Amino acid sequence: MIGLPARSPEGVITSEGLACDLLCFPTVEQYPKLVRAFKNAGFQMAIDVCGVDYLEQMDRPLPEGVVATRFEVVVNLLNMVKKERVRIRVQAGTEHPEVASLFEFYPGVEAMEREAFDMFGILFTSHPDMTRILMPEDWEGHPLRKDYGIGRVPVQFKEAPGPR
Amino acid sequence: MTDQVRTANRPDLLVVETSEGAQGLQPRDLTSKDELGREVGSVLRVSGLTVDPNDVDFDRQDDETMIINMGPAHPSTHGVLRLMLELDGEFVLRTKPVIGYLHTGMEKTGEQLTYTQGATNVTRMDYVSPIANELNYSLAVEKLLGIEVPERAIWIRMMMAELNRIASHLVWMATNGMDLGATSMMIYGFRERELVLAFFEKTAGLRFNLNYVRPGGVAADLPDGWQDDVAVICETIDARTYEYDQLLTGQPIFRERMVGVAPITAEEAIALSVTGPVLRSTGVAWDLRRAMPYLAYDQVEFDVIVGTYGDNFDRYAIRLNEIRESVKIVRQCLDMMPKGDYRIQDPKVTPPPRARIGESMEALIHHFKLFTEGMHVPAGEIYSAIESPRGELGCYLVSDGTSKPYRLHVRGPSFVNLQAIPLMMRGGSLSDAITVISSVDPIMGEVDR
Repeated sequence: MIGLPARSPEGVITSEGLACDLLCFPTVEQYPKLVRAFKNAGFQMAIDVCGVDYLEQMDRPLPEGVVATRFEVVVNLLNMVKKERVRIRVQAGTEHPEVASLFEFYPGVEAMEREAFDMFGILFTSHPDMTRILMPEDWEGHPLRKDYGIGRVPVQFKEAPGPR
Repeated sequence: MTDQVRTANRPDLLVVETSEGAQGLQPRDLTSKDELGREVGSVLRVSGLTVDPNDVDFDRQDDETMIINMGPAHPSTHGVLRLMLELDGEFVLRTKPVIGYLHTGMEKTGEQLTYTQGATNVTRMDYVSPIANELNYSLAVEKLLGIEVPERAIWIRMMMAELNRIASHLVWMATNGMDLGATSMMIYGFRERELVLAFFEKTAGLRFNLNYVRPGGVAADLPDGWQDDVAVICETIDARTYEYDQLLTGQPIFRERMVGVAPITAEEAIALSVTGPVLRSTGVAWDLRRAMPYLAYDQVEFDVIVGTYGDNFDRYAIRLNEIRESVKIVRQCLDMMPKGDYRIQDPKVTPPPRARIGESMEALIHHFKLFTEGMHVPAGEIYSAIESPRGELGCYLVSDGTSKPYRLHVRGPSFVNLQAIPLMMRGGSLSDAITVISSVDPIMGEVDR
């Protein structure tokens, strides 16, 4: 297990994760600062960004001090020199999930954050192009949410009758 | 109803039916400065990089540019990739990939299927390299379960994954040749791939979407006489790669369209999270098989192929040479294949053999439980990754202790690599755009999932 990099925001809760060198639980406020600290510490690549909807798992085990919210944003960073992986799990909010975009540090998260927005409705502030990416532009709802009705849509064409 | 009819008199309806709204490429006056900056690649300046000073057309106000649409049914877009391009004459200024035409909600489907069934779902994502998908998923599930598969299963998986890499790169060679007008390459690439697929059929019963690699091992042992089949495949393909070399590498038209076209630097590739042959073409020797070995890649010898200039030609050369390296690995698997079980003998993970069900009550119960309920995976979350033919294929799996994944997320390398397309195409001609799409090698099943 590696430590937090220099100039990380204070009070970030860490623990050991499966198949990664460090698992961090920053708050929404600490999150961009923590990512910046990791970037300065040599984590060149944001390899993956995805959302998780914990609607049915609000009592999931989390380290002490982490306030569980319904949505989580999970970021995997990669240090290609030291060959280390870091996973960051941000509690993104319950009603109106919103976190800062990492676009400023890692332009490569653009499509992945759009996917998380499309699938979960998690907003990424200061993302340059916060539009849907996989679903049609006029789609209603965010399909990977746990309360999204499966099979609710009869036919997925624009001219199809009935509510979406 | 008559006003719904699309005619030339009602161009607005034509637009409505094909528009993707804000997802598409907007005219400059409707595009915010931030987004324009991203589309022309200048955002990379935050990491200390600069755009070519002669290249900037930020303040362009004239109406000499034109936005055209390419795809999703264009034959050279390798499926249903739709590109919107802003052109100045014949030169590309901005590009935006519009994706989602093949989105079938496989991540959502994955939440409805048990861990036993899950492999059949993920194998359909990247349909050109199904073994990589299954392997990635199985490794993630196995790490959550905390089990270790037998030695023979590891080596079988490695051999099949490398054979699949050969097949995948051969398809790329074939379609790339097709895109450049080298149609004979199309025939040769698919001819050689057939050898690999025939072996897959013999082993797993299917040619692709095999569901061969499963949590706990592989579905079946290698067939009798597999050594001869694999030896023939290795020998044939190794020899044929030199024929491709003669056919393409020195060919003047081919070189004109590949050498120096659409370069990307290492810094840009890393900033855009690009992995796989596209990243290695820039000179970064990053291959998960070497950097973070999984299976038994630390016990075989192979070279990580890197390029220098990051152009189309480097990406071609890397894939051609990776076929040879994969042949090398397969040959070592042939020599070093251990004996033993091909799947773990844990009745909670592996179904009992058919013969046992008739004579053992316990086997019958295990069989019944496994196929009605599935295996229970301890609660937890994991991100595990492997090197697929297109780059880092990752799987983020959240388990809540039941027999179905709570969340299954797949990081498709093609999905992320597509982000490099606008940068690579910028400033090039429209005809080069075809070669750029081809050289990034996106598989739309994986992009849209």
